[in-house]
This record gives sequence, structure tokens and C-alpha cells, in this order.
Amino acid sequence: MRVTVKLYATLGAWLPPGAVRNVAPFELPDGSSVAEAIERLGVPPGQVHLVLVNGQFVAPEARAGRRLAADDALALWPPVAGG
Amino acid sequence: MAWTRKILRVNLTQGTCTPEALNMAWARDYLGQRGLASKYLAEEIDPRVDALSPDNKMIMTTGPLTGTAASTSSRYSIVTKSPLTGAIACSNSGGFFGAELKNAGWDMIIFEGRAPAPVYLFLHNDRAELLSAEAIWGRSVWETDHWIHQRHQDPQIRVAAIGAGAEKGVLFAAVVNDLHRAAGRSGVGTVMGSKNLKAVAIRGELGVGNIRDPEGFMKAVVDAKAVLAGNAVTSAGLPTYGTQVLMNVINEMGAMPTRNWREIQFEGASAISGEAMHEPRASDCKPNLVRNAACFGCTIACGRISTIDPSHFTLRGEGRDRYKVASGGLEYEAAWALGSDTGVSDIDALTYANFICNEHGLDPISFGATVAAAMELYTMGVLTQAHTGGIALDFGNAEALCTLAELTGRGEGFGLEIGLGSKRLCARYGHPELSMTVKGQEFPAYDARAIKGMGLTYATSNRGACHLRSYTVASEVLGIPVKTDPLATEGKAELVKAFQDATAVVDSTGLCVFTTFAWTLADIQPQVAAACEGDWSMEKLAEVGERIWNLERQFNLDAGLTAADDTLPPRLLKEPANTGPAKGHVNELDQMLPEYYRIRGWTEDGRLKPDLRERLGV
Repeated sequence: MRVTVKLYATLGAWLPPGAVRNVAPFELPDGSSVAEAIERLGVPPGQVHLVLVNGQFVAPEARAGRRLAADDALALWPPVAGG
Repeated sequence: MAWTRKILRVNLTQGTCTPEALNMAWARDYLGQRGLASKYLAEEIDPRVDALSPDNKMIMTTGPLTGTAASTSSRYSIVTKSPLTGAIACSNSGGFFGAELKNAGWDMIIFEGRAPAPVYLFLHNDRAELLSAEAIWGRSVWETDHWIHQRHQDPQIRVAAIGAGAEKGVLFAAVVNDLHRAAGRSGVGTVMGSKNLKAVAIRGELGVGNIRDPEGFMKAVVDAKAVLAGNAVTSAGLPTYGTQVLMNVINEMGAMPTRNWREIQFEGASAISGEAMHEPRASDCKPNLVRNAACFGCTIACGRISTIDPSHFTLRGEGRDRYKVASGGLEYEAAWALGSDTGVSDIDALTYANFICNEHGLDPISFGATVAAAMELYTMGVLTQAHTGGIALDFGNAEALCTLAELTGRGEGFGLEIGLGSKRLCARYGHPELSMTVKGQEFPAYDARAIKGMGLTYATSNRGACHLRSYTVASEVLGIPVKTDPLATEGKAELVKAFQDATAVVDSTGLCVFTTFAWTLADIQPQVAAACEGDWSMEKLAEVGERIWNLERQFNLDAGLTAADDTLPPRLLKEPANTGPAKGHVNELDQMLPEYYRIRGWTEDGRLKPDLRERLGV
């Protein structure tokens, strides 16, 4: 299945080919979890702080169980803050 | 003791500068900076005074840790009654000016009255002089800074100044120090202008001593710096991307107010984000961001130093050389207000408008938000080019944004109407409901339909809509210190109160609130306790924070504000978010506000109960 991955801030270093402004299409086996997607992207899990799927927060403990569907948008950030 | 124990009282009407002793009994109850200056203001003025009359006072104040070896010890505040809101104002700034004031040997300067002709204060350690500013009245902050340095022939003087907009009554004028750091919100620059005070220039060579336990203080400072260095946000995220890293976060989660809050996600967000500031541009292969920057003593360094694309329209033509420089770049709030809220996704136009706000002393949040309101009125046909002087105020019009920044900064043409702020502009044209404000102050960059705690934050903020009074975004979005559900209202009253009280303490120390992405009060307390004489336990600090909040609240009540002012615009209460995870949501303020009043110990109409007043001594 094809999803959209969005790797922001320092995680941009792991963007797959074809990325435009931190956003790229990404092929995953059907039914992949968030944790599996992070592994396939090659992003060190310890650097992933904030995970949103279609804008909704996925807690660290839920990453292994949260399944992605085709056309989902998976967005990842390292620890960031602003104000 | 960290405090210098000295105040400079400047009576502008009489032209006198008089030193006096700091009231240490008040310092023990209010610590310093925001808290202590608010106590002085509440004691010295009638809260009902016209904010722009000589009866209002303006206090420039440091905290006990300002100018010390503590990390982020740059901060100073300006406390006064706001002409924008009619409430108490406290605007906080970094840079180097605050530490210079402390190094000159002063905890605070109280300005009172009104000078018969324009003046500036020159303060060199113990020597204070009011000097004529006739030659620079009507000039910009940048010109004033240059003129003062040239006149006194000392490059190490630190200057805080206002621009022409402040002189002409633009109600959200800022006081800008060190060229691009600002006490930005609530129109503190307008108050300064009303006093005929153009600038404050300081050279301080006395050092900051009087630390109660120097050895213990240095240990506490080193320990606390290690926490900042070991935290990924304060050691990597903020220095690399600045606050602007939030642009994509907030847009992705659907909390990005867009086009005067008609929408909740901005299609141009990525083009104006912190990541975009790192992208090389086609014209010169250089990115917008030149480097990060630190204020005095800061080990985070979140500041942005930027340039405008040399091929951009804002740099074409005569007289543009002063913008072909590296200067203070976009922070998240400015990028949002100038960008998403107006629908402009041209990062160079935003950088230019931000330069103009710094050059002329404007709050970019209130300026951008008021332009956004004007754009909505223009889209409706209520405002026309006959009103705007021929400017087509369509959402997304970058040239209109830049032109209005120039006009507002100089206090000319339609810029003077923008200078009224969103509340008065919308009321003047018959649509008060389109003003996205609380207590007359424009919102910052978080939609309260998608981050519910921020609705309560805005409604109850003592200086009108503001994110820096209780930044529940940290918890509701970023998981600091713990993650809470942004779409839930349960528990938000307690969360908001906790953030409000803790932030009041941080704002009274001389340290930067951005440390709290890594620090808790438990990291700050040992530094305060080692520096300051007296009891500065965790319990005491918590009580001080609560006392400050209630003092500010009481000032506002005495000024004539009521519980009816603790509300949100109808757009947030009645018009559901149209996209994203919050689609269909409004802000349920009515579910949070009564609980908030209850845990504050206030009556149902938002007044302090007698037992609370007695306990806190307010």
C-alpha cells in the first residue's frame, strides 16, 4: 500500500527519494504498523518523539499496534517545541 | 541577594531621576520582574486611569537572576496599564538590554508623568540623565539606535526604543531593544510614546554581584545548564529550527488559524516553516536562515538571523539597502500572524514585514492579526480601496501586507486604522464579531477549537489573548511534561492554573520561559534559593506564582473588567473547525470556566473570595 510520510526537522535526513518539502510517498506492506513504518524508513526509533497519523497523536506505546491504511499520512518529529 | 536593591524613579514631567531603595518586603512576596513590578504598579496607580495619560506609569524591570551566570538570564519586562486592553500589561524581552540595566546597578526604572518635549534616558551606572530626543522624534527604532551610539561614541551601549507608530498612537506598538528583540505585546511602546520617551540607553559596568551563596549558586547554575544541554528540545530542536519548527506540527494537527480563523489549516504552511528557512533559494543558493542567535547568557540560542532573497520585490528600488542585511528573522508567532492568518505564503515577504515590525516597533502578532481582520472585511465588501488608499486587501496579497507594515510602522494613511488593533477596527466597520481577540488583544497561533486548553488560557489571560501566560500547548501537543488530549476539556482547568502560576514565577526570576521545555520549577528553585536571601522553597515559589496571578486579576477587576471579559469570539464558540482532527469541534469554554473559577478560589462571577485575598495578601 502507498502512504504519505512526512519527516520534519532533523528527521528530514531519512526522507525517501521523491520528497518535496519534507513530504514523500512511501510503499509499505499492507497492514503495516506505525512502528514497522518507522523501521522501514530507517529512522532510529529513539529519535522519534511526536507521531501523528492523519493529524492524530499516536502515543509511543501504541506505535506497534496502530495499523496504517492506504493513503494515510504519517508525520514524525524529533523532540521539538516552540512558542 | 541578587537584587541590587535600587530603583531609579524617573519623573518625566519634572525631569528628575531619583534613586530609591527597593521595597524588600514586596520582593519577598513577589520575587522580582513581572511579580514585583506588578505590585509596584498596583500600589502606585489607580487601575482606572487612562493608559495614555501622564497618570499611568511604565516600569522597566529585571529579575533577581537577570544578568547573572544563570542560563537565559537576559530577561527584563515592561509593566504598565495597556492602552490596547485596559488591563495590566507585562511584556517580556530578551537580548542584552535587561542584563545591561542590571549591570548598571538597578533592579528597575519607574517612569511617571509625561515629558514636556521628547527625551531619552541615558543611564551610565549611577549617572542618569534625561536628554533631548527632538532630533530623533519621528524616526525609526533602527535610526534611533544608530543615532544614540553615534552621539555617545560607545558601541557597547544597549538601547530600547520606540518608532513613529508608537508616537502616533498605534495601539500595539512595541519597545524594541538590541534592534530586534521586543517587549512586544499589549502596546507597551504606545505608553512609552505617550510619555514623550523615545528611548532608554544604558551602559552598565558594575557587574552583578550580591549573590547570597556564590558557591551554591554556581553549582545550581551548572546543574541546571546540564539539564538544558541534555534535553533534545533545548540542546538541538530550538537551536536548529527555532520556534518555527511548530509551523508544520500545528498545521498537521489542524490547529493552525488561517485567514482570520475562518479555517484551521493553511495550505502554505510548509513554505513558511522552520524547515523552509533552511532551504537554499534559487537566486543566490543561500537559505533564508543565516544562523541561530542567543540572548545574554543563553545556552539554548533559539533566535533566528535571516536575510531576504536578493531578487525579492521588497528589495527592489531606492532606499532598500537597510533591508539587505542579516537581522532578526521569523519566529513562529510572527510567521503565523504575518503568514497563515493573512493567507500569505511568501517567506521573503514575511521576513520583510518582520524586519519592518522590528525597525518601527510593532507587535507582529497584533499587526498581522489586524491585517487579517481587515482582509476579511475587504473580502466582504465592507472595506474598499476607498478606505485603504487603493490597497487591494485580498487574503494572500503579499505586497499589501508589506505596504501596510510600512504604513503602520510610520503611522501613516490606512496604517493608522490598522494601528487601532482588530477590536476597534472591526467595531468601527460594524463587525465586532470578526475581531479575533480577548480583552482587545489579538490571538496568537493556536486554534482553541483544536487545542481546548488554549481556549481557557486565552479567556482568562490577565493581559488579553496570549499563549505565554499558560502554554498548555506543551502538554496538549508536545507532551511536556505529560501528554494530554487536546480535544478534551476535562482536567484543563487544573492544567491552565498550574501553567499560569508556574509561568508567573519564571517571569519573575529574570530567566526565559523557554527553559521550561526542559526545566521544571525544581530546576529553577535551587538557583533562586542560592542567589536570593530569604525562603525560596518550592512551596514558597508556588505561593508567589499564585499571588502574582491574583494580584494581576485584582488589578483588572479594579480597572473595570469583569467575568464577561473572560470569553472568546463567537467564531471559536459557534463555528466548528472545518478540516483536520478537530473537524466539527468548537471550544467548549462553558465546560471549563466555572471549574477554573472554583479551583482559583474565585466567586462564580470571577472575583477573589475574601479568604483567598487574606491568604495571599492581595
